[in-house]
Amino acid sequence: MAILQLNHFSVLALKPLNLELKEEFICLSGASGAGKSLFLRAIADLIDHQGEASLDAQKCSETNPVQWRKWVGFLPAESAWWKDSVGEHFSKEYNQYLRQLNLPEECMSWDVSRCSTGEKQRLAIARLLEQQPKVLLLDEPTASLDPASVKAVESLIKEYANEFDTPVIWVSHDQLQIKRLADRRFKIINNEISEVEV
Amino acid sequence: MNVISLSTFDLSMAALLIIALAGLSLLLKLGLAKRITIAAIRTVVQLLLIGLVLKELFAQVNLVWITLLSLLMLLIAGREVMARQQRRFGGLWGYGLGTFSMFISSFTLTVYALIVVIGTEPWYTPQYSIPLLGMMLGNTMTGVALALDKLTTHAWQQRNEIEARLILGQDWKTAVGDITKDSVRIGMMPMINAMAAAGLVSLPGMMTGQILSGTEPMEAVKYQILIMFLITAGTGFSTMLATWIGARHLFDDRQRLRLDRLS
Repeated sequence: MAILQLNHFSVLALKPLNLELKEEFICLSGASGAGKSLFLRAIADLIDHQGEASLDAQKCSETNPVQWRKWVGFLPAESAWWKDSVGEHFSKEYNQYLRQLNLPEECMSWDVSRCSTGEKQRLAIARLLEQQPKVLLLDEPTASLDPASVKAVESLIKEYANEFDTPVIWVSHDQLQIKRLADRRFKIINNEISEVEV
Repeated sequence: MNVISLSTFDLSMAALLIIALAGLSLLLKLGLAKRITIAAIRTVVQLLLIGLVLKELFAQVNLVWITLLSLLMLLIAGREVMARQQRRFGGLWGYGLGTFSMFISSFTLTVYALIVVIGTEPWYTPQYSIPLLGMMLGNTMTGVALALDKLTTHAWQQRNEIEARLILGQDWKTAVGDITKDSVRIGMMPMINAMAAAGLVSLPGMMTGQILSGTEPMEAVKYQILIMFLITAGTGFSTMLATWIGARHLFDDRQRLRLDRLS
């Protein structure tokens, strides 16, 4: 079980936040530009921030950044690919999550340039889970997906979180999805992240 | 062999060609006439000035003056490297990175060539040291500018890919590895191509100059080989150095991609 703690954690204009996350599903919403992605990027230590994030009492600032990012699995809203074929972006030949995401096994030999946005998004999720992150920070993971894929992603993430007792922060605008998923719900209003009723 | 001295009249016959070119550009509305004219005038003025400086320098071999001229050449080359980059590092880094890399490799290799290879007496004899350094800097400048320009523009364009790699637990070296490799390759390509084509397509400039001024061809060839090896090594080392330091400076101590360091 992993515990993610944020102590006086703030980035740019966002007000400092204290938060302790155990095996919980948190949905974060807020208007575009409110700072949701910024917040997740800061927890992944991709941008400068104030305060401290720690995982199982291990402080981010005292952890090798490479190690930290492996623990804290961040999925950006838009997936990025730097090699020609899909398989080159994975560390193992076989990925156990593909089937659950409605992707055939041979997708590893696909050309990235020929994948649709939705396929890339699901592949990015499989790629992220392959690292077995202890925390999941998902920035609108289902925004570009069809209803069947949305369902597949939701149930996969739920399963993964249950199996490894993973804290999850899921950015979403979809009220129904939030209702379906969230144990706790947070909203960014006027640079302040605060908990609201589910 | 005697050198045929060129008179002012001879040179003005050559200048006629430039005037014709500018005229043609004007006629075709290419918008190049002004630039051609200014560049040509600069060539004349700059070369005449350096001719005068060299004349003085050769007359009295003085390490202080030679050093000063060398540094001046370096600073101008550094400025040139900076100007040729679309996105460069902000502040002192923009100027310092290229200049520092060129200084390290060009100066070291020139001194090495003077002392170990040619063995001039004293080692800083200006007839050798200044042209050697000039050729080193001129070519190194191109390599470093190309490489740094590639590095920064690609890092900018591929920031999502670089961050995705960081997110997946790659260190900065791996995350920017393809880009640095590409940058060094681009920076060194002109020199590698020049070595491969040397003598087949064209006679290299220095050799041509020596032959025109009466040096025995085999002697000119030997010097040309020396120069090409020096230039390639100099360009290679400084390109690698600049690219590596530049790539490191794209990230901070937490290995975050810091594109805000580019201006």
